[in-house]
Amino acid sequence: MITLAHAYIVGGLFFAAMSLLSLGDASNARRLRNTVFWGLLAASFLGGDYLGDFGNGLLALGLVIVAAFGLGQGKPATSTPEERRASAEKRGNALFLPALIIPASALVGTLIAKQTAWGPLFIQASQATLISLVIGVLVAVGVALLWLRPPVIAPLQEGRRLIDAVGWAAILPQMLASLGAVFLAAGVGEQVGRLFGEYVPLDTRTLAVAAYCIGMALFTIIMGNAFAAFPVMTAAVGLPIVVQIFGGDPARVCAIGMLAGFCGTLMTPMAANFNVVPANLLELPDRNAALNGVIRAQIPTALPLLLANIVLMRLLAFP
Amino acid sequence: MLVLLGIAVVVIGFIVRANPLVVVMAAALTTGLAAAWAPDASVESLATAAIATIAAFGKAFNDNRYVSVVWLVLAAIGLLERAGLQERARMAIARVKAATVGRLLWVYFIVRQAAAAVGLTSLGGHAQMVRPLVAPMAEGAAETKFGALPDRERYLIRSHSAAADNIALFFGEDIFIAIASILLIKGFLEQNGIIVEPLELSVWAIPTALAALVIHSTRLWLLDRRLKQVLAEPTAKRQGAGVPQSGAVQ
Repeated sequence: MITLAHAYIVGGLFFAAMSLLSLGDASNARRLRNTVFWGLLAASFLGGDYLGDFGNGLLALGLVIVAAFGLGQGKPATSTPEERRASAEKRGNALFLPALIIPASALVGTLIAKQTAWGPLFIQASQATLISLVIGVLVAVGVALLWLRPPVIAPLQEGRRLIDAVGWAAILPQMLASLGAVFLAAGVGEQVGRLFGEYVPLDTRTLAVAAYCIGMALFTIIMGNAFAAFPVMTAAVGLPIVVQIFGGDPARVCAIGMLAGFCGTLMTPMAANFNVVPANLLELPDRNAALNGVIRAQIPTALPLLLANIVLMRLLAFP
Repeated sequence: MLVLLGIAVVVIGFIVRANPLVVVMAAALTTGLAAAWAPDASVESLATAAIATIAAFGKAFNDNRYVSVVWLVLAAIGLLERAGLQERARMAIARVKAATVGRLLWVYFIVRQAAAAVGLTSLGGHAQMVRPLVAPMAEGAAETKFGALPDRERYLIRSHSAAADNIALFFGEDIFIAIASILLIKGFLEQNGIIVEPLELSVWAIPTALAALVIHSTRLWLLDRRLKQVLAEPTAKRQGAGVPQSGAVQ
């Protein structure tokens, strides 16, 4: 059976290749830092289960220190814009097919692992999407190598060209998830919920609904994740006040409350994988600003939608 | 109350634009130390708390490695970009005469939201779809209509490509009954003695999904109008201003 551990080995080998190829890239004056950064990440993927908790913590600290000094951007050899245009003319829309192998594989693998009796024998069902995605990448790379006949090292060098464009932001989502775990253990959520419950006026249905929805969005902006905000705000305001005092239907209150939190996700750099990673992938000049282009494009949808959630909860949740 | 200092570190860190990785680590250490702090706390007890915080962070970091596995996608996308994937996306959209940035992103939004609503959240994403296909197509649609794009509009179009993916995903996926957030709500309510079926939760995601569709469709219509206003002036004037023909994302 293919498990997440196998996916981690593939990932670890990929990051190890990024590290070694960075070392040989004379065009990057900071190549040693890139080598250490991707090398540490490779060590985490290949050996993280043997390092112990404190060892993994020191590894994360090492990544932060290297990133703080600043990574360089490698310049692997790639095709020229003219070559690309010529290749696009020649190969036509068939070029899209290998790219679509990846989502198609993620989809089919997930369905097979979850919907068939024999699927779980091949793919660990609980992580089916991720594992199928990794398989899809390997198939897509294989197909592209056979069809396009680039140098065999090309997938790794082209991967390095792109991951160097993302830089240290590549591990920001993972770091923020870890910060969430530390916040949870220290009881940060309960404290925020208590403050909110004590100081915000909740005298009418409309006020209580507005406080719950806005609280979900605000706390999500701080934590970067509606899943972290939901148990806190719902335990502080949603259940005791909106449901128990004012008689809201718990399923409707919670369903819409979660979506109010998602409005917060659209407005925060803390939701790095949704808002910071694309800014890096798309090479926006303001990618490191707190409100980068992606977030500014989302705020004018997020605010009216938050208002819509308040209105919807007020109208629908009190049958 | 002191544990809230960690949040303050995050907020201040983003305001002074420190490296976010440093901010995250500093916030974690602050939170761990604040939780252990007392007026009579000894240096040893604080050192123990710092070590325990680093260990807790390390455990979570190791448990969350699956978040970073997705970068593997870049090997396949990079290989196809080398063979002209982005250029092909532009050429394909240039043939569709009716294509505008807003209409193209609107079609992508609808497909992404509908797919997420039936649980197909993996059809899409920034590395797999937005960078290699959606953003180049959107830029291509604008270039076909208006010629070379000034940087400001080019980055605006790219930002909107990412935004369409996020918004469609967030407000589509909760309609599906087996998505993580629905299961989280169900589990939370169960702990509080309230039993609900996932279907009872997911149907109440539909009104917000429709609201998101209406609001974002309006935004994309406004985006088209704005691009037309800014870019529809004679192209000769802007070319004279030395706008770089930057082409594909490098």
